[in-house]
Parts: sequence; structure tokens; C-alpha cells
Amino acid sequence: MPDAAQSVEFEVLRYRPEQEDAPVWQRYVVPFHHDMSVLQALQHIKDEVDGSLSFRWSCRMAICGSCGMMINGKPALSCETFVRDLLPGPVRIEALAHFPIERDLVVDVDGFVKKLEGIKPYLIPKESRTLAQGEYLQTPAELEQIEQFSSCINCMLCYAACPQFGLNPDFTGPGVLALLHRYNADSRDGGRAQRMEVLNAEEGVWSCTAVAYCSEVCPKGVDPANAVNQNKVNSAKDYFLRFLQPKGAR
Amino acid sequence: MSNGKASVRRPYVRPMRGWWRRDPFFVRYMAREATALAVLVYAIVLTVGVVRLAQGEAAWNGWLQALRSPASLLLHAVLLVSMVVHAHSWFDIMPKTMPIIFVGGRKLTAATIQRIGWAATVVVTCAVVALAWWARA
Repeated sequence: MPDAAQSVEFEVLRYRPEQEDAPVWQRYVVPFHHDMSVLQALQHIKDEVDGSLSFRWSCRMAICGSCGMMINGKPALSCETFVRDLLPGPVRIEALAHFPIERDLVVDVDGFVKKLEGIKPYLIPKESRTLAQGEYLQTPAELEQIEQFSSCINCMLCYAACPQFGLNPDFTGPGVLALLHRYNADSRDGGRAQRMEVLNAEEGVWSCTAVAYCSEVCPKGVDPANAVNQNKVNSAKDYFLRFLQPKGAR
Repeated sequence: MSNGKASVRRPYVRPMRGWWRRDPFFVRYMAREATALAVLVYAIVLTVGVVRLAQGEAAWNGWLQALRSPASLLLHAVLLVSMVVHAHSWFDIMPKTMPIIFVGGRKLTAATIQRIGWAATVVVTCAVVALAWWARA
């Protein structure tokens, strides 16, 4: 175990739109503790060294999805990445790749939020039930079809791992498509027809080329690549089956 | 902005040039995509064979002769390696392309799906080689 008195060098990509035209690397030295997360190191910088450094964080336990960033070139949640695993350093920190940088480590999430709203990320019941009729029931097997996809915390690491999103920001992207699948595949949901338009679009599942790095970096085991790619089949079926159905059936 | 002040926002978009060299994962992805060309090249080689067969015995024998040339053997060695790399990367991704499958109430794991893929490859390859051997005799 390294000496507690040791310090670690951090290189942080800074962007202050009022003073720089392009981001610049800035070096900080942070005292090392064995149980220190990258987020804590950034908090040390902000509290003790340079109060102007901007970054997002909230829960510190990998559930809020706020503190995603590129750590040594890989998308990761800074709260669950330990500095001890990155020794001897320097540790390079950059805002989440493929998103426009708003300031320092803060990215512009407007596009992501709009896409998320667009898929109606909520259950649209197949049939309405009164309170007296009780809850919408689901078998364990039906739950298993959606459970992993419902673990998404909107941290956007999958977008930072997706070159297709980097090349085309209009691509709906892995996280939102995984959530779309989470609702479409829910046995209690009846909103599939309303979501298929997003899924079938060129910016929907068809912009994915199965790089699959999204599933690799997901901190919650959602496997968005699986959600996207199994929906290529659903999208194709949705397109071709219309020719077999009698007119007015859709 | 509704408060009458001009926005000071000036989001910076980072360039994507050279993106596939940024992570070994992307390099492997590009290898998968590039080796797909080997599949195309081999399909062309076989198609030419079919066309030469239709043109008569002399054309067919000429094609067989061409296959035995050192350049052709080298090409086939490269194609074979590329096809193995392609198959490997394709079976890697295969579980991601399939719906969640339950067998006897248990989720089929990615490793099982990959093993089934490889087993099918071995069986089909052996069958084709056996067929070719039998036809040769």
C-alpha cells in the first residue's frame, strides 16, 4: 500500500468560455489517501486549491448518475473510481466525451434530456384499471425481461463510449434506447406503437453499428447494446409485417 | 434568456478526428469491420469460380490453376486469418444482438451463446471440408 503522505498528480481539462477559446490542461497535486475516490480528489482541489473548478456530483454512491467523466480516457463515475487504482498517476480527467463542454467537467445535457422526454419513459397502461381492481401484476419471468434495463441511472457514460453518437449527435443513443426498450418490453405497457417511430428512425436503432463499448462502461449492468440490437429485429418486423396485415389493422 | 441578459454560454464541441485510435476497444471494433472485407473478397473469389464453371472446362481449369499460384495461396492465408478474427469478434457481439432467452427458467448466458456459435462453426467447417474431400476422390 502506498504511503499515506504520498501525493498524486491530476491533469484536468479546463474550459472557461469567458476566458478560453478551447480547453486547456491544468495540473494539480492532491494529497493521497488510500480510500480516496476521484470525486474526493476533485473536491479537494475545489475546496483547497482552486475554487473555480466546475464539476457535477451529488450522491457519492453511484446512483445519481451526475459525476460521470473521462478518467484516463475511459468514461467512469468519479465517485466509484478510486485513486489507488490509478497510481502512480498522473490521472487525466476530462469532461464526458462526445458532449459539448459547458464549463470544465460540466457538459451540455440538453440533447440527452430532450431525447429522454421523447420516448415517453413511463408506463402507458394497456388497459386502465380502477384502484379497486388492484395493481398491475407481472410474473418474475416478465420482470426479468426488463429488470436490467430499468437499472439505468441516466449517467450518460454509454454516450461517452459511443463513437456513433460522437459522430452524429442526433443519434438517440444507447441509454435512451435502452430505456425505450425497458418500457416497450414491459408486459404491463401498451405504449409500444407510440415509441416505435423513435426506434425505427435512422437516428434510432439503425444508427448503431454494434461497437458495444456502451455495455462495457455501464456502471449498472444495463447492457444498452443488447437493448438496441435486439430492437433492430423488432424494427424490421414492425416494417415488414405491415405488408402482411389487413388494411386498417394498424 | 428571459431575463433580458445575453447568454454567456459557449459550449465547446471536441473534434472526433482519429476517434478509433483513442481506445483499444475501438481498434478491435475497427478490426471487426475491416475483416468483413475479407468475407467480401472471398465471396468474390467464389463467385468468379461459379462464372468460370459456367464458361466451360478450360475456363474452370484456368480458375483452379490460378488458385494454386503463390499469390493466391498468400491471399487465402490472409483471408483465413481475417475470417477467424471476424468470426471471433462476431461471436463476441452475438449475445448482444439476441433477445433474452430463458431455458428451463434460467437466463441463457453470453458465454453459452458464444459457445453455441463456435460449435456451429466447427460443425459446418468440418462438414464442408469432409464434403470437399469426398468430392475430390
